[in-house]
Amino acid sequence: MELDRKDLLGIQDLSNDEIEEILTTAEYMEEILTRPIKKAPTLRGITVANLFFEPSTRTLNSFILAEKRLSADSINFSAASSSVLKGETLLDTAKNIQAMEVDVMVVRHSEPGSPHFLAKRLKASVINAGDGCHEHPTQALLDIMTIKKNFPTFKGLKVAIIGDIKHSRVSRSLILGLNKMGAKITVCAPPTLLPLWLEPFGVEFEYSLEKTLPGKDILYILRIQKERQEESFIPSQREYIKNYSLTYEKLKKFASKEVVIMHPGPINRGIEIESRIADSEYSLVLNQVTSGVAVRMSVLYLLTQRKLDGSKN
Amino acid sequence: MDLKIKNVHLFDPLNGIDEVGTLLIDKGKVVKGSKSSAKQEIEGKGLHLFPGFVDVHSHFREPGAEDAETIETGSRAAVKGGYTTVCAMPNTDPPIDNEGLVRFIKEKSEEVGLCRVFPIGTVTKRREGKELSEMAHLYQAGCVAFSDDGDCVIDSSIMRNALEYAKLFNVPIIDHPEDISLSGKGQMHEGSVSTELGFKGIPGISESTIVARDILLSKFTQGRIHLAHVSTADSVKLIKDWKTDKVTSEVTPHHLLLCDDEIRDFDPNKKMKPPLRTRYDVEVMQRAIKEGLIEIVATDHAPHPDYKKELEFAEAAFGVTGLETSFAVLYTELVKRGKFTLGILIKALSSSPCRIFNLPLGEIKKGAIADFTIVDLKGGWEVTMDVFASKSKNSPFLGRKLEGIVRYCIVDGRIIFKNGDFINKKV
Repeated sequence: MELDRKDLLGIQDLSNDEIEEILTTAEYMEEILTRPIKKAPTLRGITVANLFFEPSTRTLNSFILAEKRLSADSINFSAASSSVLKGETLLDTAKNIQAMEVDVMVVRHSEPGSPHFLAKRLKASVINAGDGCHEHPTQALLDIMTIKKNFPTFKGLKVAIIGDIKHSRVSRSLILGLNKMGAKITVCAPPTLLPLWLEPFGVEFEYSLEKTLPGKDILYILRIQKERQEESFIPSQREYIKNYSLTYEKLKKFASKEVVIMHPGPINRGIEIESRIADSEYSLVLNQVTSGVAVRMSVLYLLTQRKLDGSKN
Repeated sequence: MDLKIKNVHLFDPLNGIDEVGTLLIDKGKVVKGSKSSAKQEIEGKGLHLFPGFVDVHSHFREPGAEDAETIETGSRAAVKGGYTTVCAMPNTDPPIDNEGLVRFIKEKSEEVGLCRVFPIGTVTKRREGKELSEMAHLYQAGCVAFSDDGDCVIDSSIMRNALEYAKLFNVPIIDHPEDISLSGKGQMHEGSVSTELGFKGIPGISESTIVARDILLSKFTQGRIHLAHVSTADSVKLIKDWKTDKVTSEVTPHHLLLCDDEIRDFDPNKKMKPPLRTRYDVEVMQRAIKEGLIEIVATDHAPHPDYKKELEFAEAAFGVTGLETSFAVLYTELVKRGKFTLGILIKALSSSPCRIFNLPLGEIKKGAIADFTIVDLKGGWEVTMDVFASKSKNSPFLGRKLEGIVRYCIVDGRIIFKNGDFINKKV
């Protein structure tokens, strides 16, 4: 098992077979996580650098755990400020780290295309851990894995993604991934938080939450950031809550009984989602987090196999 | 006779010249006859002779950013691309808002002794958009137009006064049409590609709303407006609907060829302002040149050193170089593919900019000032990192195979560029 690629930059350029391969491998990896001794020697001797140029707890820790579970050596490089402010360019930073014989770089950056820029110029494998509002492929893969465990098929699955679609890398990657798998997607947000150009995504859109809820299998709720009010995308959080917060009452009134709720985290309780729902039996939020470690183990394993195979020859 | 060019294909669409012949030059001017011998001769067999190309929109970066370009390296880049005249934009550091700096540019370019360099002065003092610069002083020192290029003159009453005041000299005010409250922190054209890539967008309306304003201000004041680097179909529609002889415009080679789709590879050399627009906009630009709605092709040659370009897309500086690739890229990709004729291209590169910027150049006829470009249209070359005479290499056309090699440039009847060698006309 291996992926015939150096980097994992986005769902955009993954084939369905590659997605299947990653998910199947992730299921094996998940088994490791349930063992009494949660560790395999698979990536012994492989070095991974986690380059996080934007704050992150969940994704960073998920990658660190995935690396440890597979016995890779890893270092963490975090810098909140942009490369220019720091006085060293992004490429110089990455080349310096590569010079320490690092095999894989996990890159999170506030700007679209930064991991792609590095991938073209580095020998090391690059994994995109979120680039601006562009893509977050491992998040989409863990979401797809979570869905796969809860539904018999993706074909015809009705998914609503609710919230700040315009600024969400999670929604971009998820839409690309679910489209490939054959799901049917509706996005729901106020017009200012929807892109003016939706055609490339092949999704339906709906402004009204009440009209969005009926008949859906999955409600995927996105986090709404405080800055959106300051930037005049919404008049106030209060008004957003009035129209778009998923409350228990709305859920009972409009959604199907079997519906499940997903959220990439971190959750703003009482804002995009009512606290009661987040903790309810509808919620798959914590399952998503568990899948996250397995998916990242899978991706790390599959991308480094070429290198490991090579060293055997 | 100083110079005789034999068996060359003379090509001047303005004067209807399209024939193989001999051109004689004496004391910097074209003279009649063909029999006389000359001190210097060029065998022009298989070559085309055009009026020297004129770029009305270049950034030579001197003073202030000599690590990107200097008047010397910029001039070399210009003549290598067939340009015998360049108008230098004033967004230098300090900006060209006083006679001293105008003289500096002129003296420096005289020393370099290659192409002609005409400074463009700022519209406002320090390019701050607040107070008009001393335009009469700047004009008398040698400025051929005024612009705060790089920044739009956002205050409409300042723009109005600039348009009125510049009527004193009958020169255009060049505006960089961009409403920064709409373009903001945008990185590329706002549309389906920016949406997919997750970039903040620079919407077409950030340009067209200012184009509309400028055209209406020109109509109201009867002042001359020249719209720099027009890039959207809406801007062209506005120009078409409101065109007068006081409204002129230019388009760059990259906006005539490349669209936002190209940015999917996140190549920082495809980042500039205005940004690459849609395929449809590009087609509209090509038609606008063909129909003469947009009169000029201008390069917006914007050199940047690698440490400002070899960065993640959002951090990379806006701007691309253009002087060296402009003619060959347009000839290869548009003229040879039948989008418009060679005549239309040559007019847009020579006689039209001369007319709009009041330059007594751009023609092949008896008595004309002898500024010419001699090109081997069949000569092929590839745009690689080591072909550039410019100090900077931030070209969006790297890797392209092109046709059209500039063999000679002649300024004032003197050969200043010959098969790759630069010859200072003073020496």
